[in-house]
Amino acid sequence: MAPLEMALAAQAAPAPRISRRRLIGVAVLVLLLLFAFLPLLVGGTDPLKQSLRFALKGPSLQDWFGFDHLGRSMQARLAAALRLSLGLAFLSVVTAMIPGIVLGVLSAWCGGLVDRVISGLSDAFMALPGLLLVLMLTAIVPDNPAMLYIGISLVLWVEYYRMTRALARPLLASPAVEASRLLGFGPAHILRRHIWPEIGPMILTVGAYGAASAIMAIAALGFVSVGVRPPTPELGAMMIELLPYYEEAPHALLQPILVIFLMVLALQLVGAKDRP
Amino acid sequence: MMKTLLNRLIQAVLVALMVGMLTFVMARSLPGDMAYRIAAGRYGYDLVDQAAAAKVAAELDLHQSAFTAFSQWIMDLARLDFGVSLISGAPVMEEITQQLGNTLELAIAALLLSLLIGPPLGILAGLRPGGWLDRTLMLISTALRALPQFVVGLGLIILFSLTLNLLPAAGHGQSQHLFLPALTLALGLAAVSNRVARDAMLSVQQTAYYSFGRTKGLSDWQVFTRHGLRNVAVPIITYLGIQFIYLVESVVVVETLFAWPGIGHALVHAVFGRDIPMIQATALMMGLIFVGLNGLVDALCHLVDPRRRAHGSA
Repeated sequence: MAPLEMALAAQAAPAPRISRRRLIGVAVLVLLLLFAFLPLLVGGTDPLKQSLRFALKGPSLQDWFGFDHLGRSMQARLAAALRLSLGLAFLSVVTAMIPGIVLGVLSAWCGGLVDRVISGLSDAFMALPGLLLVLMLTAIVPDNPAMLYIGISLVLWVEYYRMTRALARPLLASPAVEASRLLGFGPAHILRRHIWPEIGPMILTVGAYGAASAIMAIAALGFVSVGVRPPTPELGAMMIELLPYYEEAPHALLQPILVIFLMVLALQLVGAKDRP
Repeated sequence: MMKTLLNRLIQAVLVALMVGMLTFVMARSLPGDMAYRIAAGRYGYDLVDQAAAAKVAAELDLHQSAFTAFSQWIMDLARLDFGVSLISGAPVMEEITQQLGNTLELAIAALLLSLLIGPPLGILAGLRPGGWLDRTLMLISTALRALPQFVVGLGLIILFSLTLNLLPAAGHGQSQHLFLPALTLALGLAAVSNRVARDAMLSVQQTAYYSFGRTKGLSDWQVFTRHGLRNVAVPIITYLGIQFIYLVESVVVVETLFAWPGIGHALVHAVFGRDIPMIQATALMMGLIFVGLNGLVDALCHLVDPRRRAHGSA
């Protein structure tokens, strides 16, 4: 999962405007989103439809992406797999973000027992490597993307919690907040004027890294055949399906690899710190 | 120092509790009849009938109340008594010790290999920031980090085993079997550690004590070994702690890919076959290894950086 240190360092030097790296990342993401969701709008082929006479057919002018070993359209399958990965990752990140930030502020604000209880809880989640937790949850109810979603969210919230707590604690102890309090401003004002401006940019960084690791985890579980199961199109599962045919149809195997590479790279570019 | 170690101990207990709870829920919420599933795992799906399922249920004592089962569950866990594998019928402990050795062998080889690749290259790049080595490394590590480990592994298999015919694609037993999985893991680790080393080298090089070392007449090599090396080592070792998450997670995938008979491989197969005692034992072992390694990193940092010792005793 995204290391705290990396994200903290990214916070240390906020870019005055959007860097070129981030712009490239956003552009690639937008392209991938278009590729994934356009078929829903304009109507595309069914990713499950087989026509064996097309099996392993290479890219042509009509079908730019070719077909897989069962003659299913690679384009439709890639788009469906992308929707699954991106959708699940986005959903998990948002689900993890809200309790993470709320608990982090609560922890920093109240201190004492509240802080200790929530910190203890987050330590318990930190102690188990993320993929292990997701793997065990998928074992409880197999073949169900909801378990992937719950598992990944449970892993990701810790990062938000730790970041928020680490950022909010010194802020709440700062003379600026003390002055606001003495002037009679309530918690809502302090949250909005003092804490939010610091936490806001962090959300993007942690979210991008979190989404990247979520996508990797989904693919890894699909690859070892314990995550999403066939025939549902999933990038990791597609790779393991197409591996036996790599000699006849290298294009088919390379496509899911390229897609996952672009997706993770784009997310990392969006979240990356700006190097001098 | 004692305090950090105590924290790690508490973490280990937490891991055990989490794993125990999750596997218990898993056992209780299995869809379908557990006895049938296990019987199918043992005898094959075509040979399962009521008699076989009843035999399995009686043998494994599958009819208990939830509460007695849970207390017994945790007690067994506390005594490190994992029971017998539901599928092979062999004691889990025996299988686990065998697999643990294999996994440790792989992990240590990967770690050593990554330390040979990552930090030296990173330090060289950090000595000349912006040079060709720095830029090439930056490009390669960015690409490697954006690829899942299993894709890197696949690439290595296709290159070394299928195209060049140099190394076996999968298996275990001879030393050449170790190389590809270890390299896969090591590349992933080195992709991050070379960046950490590079940044550390750069910041050490910019300090006053480093330039003073040069000013007072030490050679490049002397000032590096006396003032640079230890200071660069601290962030690299600290970062190892974070890398262990990566290592433990990728061991699951990489072992499955290369059919390396270790804990990760066993875990995936146990999840696949619903072999809960095996899931429990393997997940617990991996969690404990993770916590143990982190404890080791704490101790190592303590040894390398005398400043921490001073702070720790104060």
